[in-house]
Amino acid sequence: MSDVFVLAQFTDGIATNTTIELATYGARIGSVTAVILAAPGAGAALAAQLTSGPIAHVIVVENADFARYGVSATSDALGQLVAQHRPSALLISSSAFGKEVAGCVAVIIDSGIITDAVDVSADLIATQIIFGGSTTVHSRISHGCSIITLRPNSVTADITSSKPDVNFVELAIADNAKKAETLSVEPPVKGGRPDLTQANVIISGGRGTSGDFSGVEALADLLGAAVGASRAATDAGWYPHSLQVGQTGKTVSPQLYVACGISGAIQHRAGMQTSKTIVVINKDPEAPIFEIADFGVVGDLFNVLPQACEAVRARRA
Amino acid sequence: MKIAVCVKQVPDSWAEKTMANGLLDRAGVDAVLNDLDEYAVEEALRIVEAHGGNGEGGAHSITVISMGPDRATDAVRKALSMGADSAVIVTDSALSGSDALATSKVLASVIASRGFDLVICGTESTDARMSVVPAMLAQRLGWASLTFAGATEVNPEQSTVMITRDTEVGREKIAAKLPAVISVIEKINDPRYPSFKGIMAAKKKSMEVINLESTGITSESVGSSGAWSIVEDAQLRPPRGAGIKVVDEGDAGNQLVGFLAERKLI
Repeated sequence: MSDVFVLAQFTDGIATNTTIELATYGARIGSVTAVILAAPGAGAALAAQLTSGPIAHVIVVENADFARYGVSATSDALGQLVAQHRPSALLISSSAFGKEVAGCVAVIIDSGIITDAVDVSADLIATQIIFGGSTTVHSRISHGCSIITLRPNSVTADITSSKPDVNFVELAIADNAKKAETLSVEPPVKGGRPDLTQANVIISGGRGTSGDFSGVEALADLLGAAVGASRAATDAGWYPHSLQVGQTGKTVSPQLYVACGISGAIQHRAGMQTSKTIVVINKDPEAPIFEIADFGVVGDLFNVLPQACEAVRARRA
Repeated sequence: MKIAVCVKQVPDSWAEKTMANGLLDRAGVDAVLNDLDEYAVEEALRIVEAHGGNGEGGAHSITVISMGPDRATDAVRKALSMGADSAVIVTDSALSGSDALATSKVLASVIASRGFDLVICGTESTDARMSVVPAMLAQRLGWASLTFAGATEVNPEQSTVMITRDTEVGREKIAAKLPAVISVIEKINDPRYPSFKGIMAAKKKSMEVINLESTGITSESVGSSGAWSIVEDAQLRPPRGAGIKVVDEGDAGNQLVGFLAERKLI
């Protein structure tokens, strides 16, 4: 049985759901080893987090260089581990960070790479949805380790409990990987809402909000959803750029995406078109976003959203 | 300081894209300079303008580097008309179908052989959308990688660069010694429109077209034959079925929630 490495990631010390999703894919292919790259002294607590998902082994590397040198140090360590253990696949979350790490590891170990996959089969065929959602592509890697990055929320995580063995490994990071140093990190102000790329439900606002996101936020908080924004809204300064959905922002694929006052330019659709269910509220019946809506309301979001919130509360009462 | 800006010619992002023989069909669509690369050209111009300028009499130079089919010259010409000094285009039929690994290999070879202090890229091309080439370039060159910059500070005298970027973990400041590769996001600046003077001047600027052989890379390691990912099949997805569309007559919010309940989404 072949081995699969997955890069485990943590938010505030908690294993991300995506880590379990990667293990779920990995278990189709072979025996899963989760790799934890941690600050000195932090590895044991993170390893103790990995108690669900089909994870057979955990490798922990503790090194202060991971926080200081980011992608480069992470790639260097993964490159060393993959060269040594020769797993058939390396699975990483398809975030900006994950994709860069995958790209650098591919260069280091001379392997092919596929990014933004939404599925991977037992025989390592990856599925991607490209060109703004119009085309499905199946591809495989023909050289070296199959390095594949997978989009969050693309598979139902297998959360059966696991008790992996944990091995601590010492690695020195190459000098070449220490050339760009992180001087400071200012943590984002947490609004208590889920992370946009990991959220199951996203309520997004666009130009039609005129900058008033209160209705969008009210529905989001009622549904435990993340809030997103179109480029028009972030360009206007109404919402942070980090929450922009679309071609030059985040690509999301939640169970439910509610677009409020967003016309649906192709650049926005490219970032959300693979959402499972799409609901649209827009005053303009000709807005292109209606073409991909499962449920569309032609109406004023300032009337529709408060009524929807009221209806959700009524159902729960 | 010698700056290289890597640019790509891509299908217009509004055009309908299709696959032909496992590759993006580029023949039938309008080709333009990748939107996101304009920010890289603009940032290079701003960096040199802040430190004595480029062109005749300037202390710095900006070279546009591109790999692609012959008509990639149109995209390069736009970058030159914005104010870059010269261009190098690698074009070779063997390069057709190159993946990010091959692209980064070719670009790295051109950059290494000509000697630069700073490479600036956009964050991704609007066609392939992998956004891995800048990091791969830095990895291949053995240079510092500072990607997704929302602001840059370059100090040519000290040979240093610092960027600020917003990521999942927060606002990061990252610093390095030159040489370095940076990629810039579209919030970083407003790219200038080429002026009439710029367009005229661009016609006289050096545009060197080279083939694969002169980069020292063999044709087996690039193009479709050298790609380490193989497309098994590509299918058009059925368009999303036209869903329910209601006009709000006072109870659309209730109907909406009814729909969500039916789908078990609340």
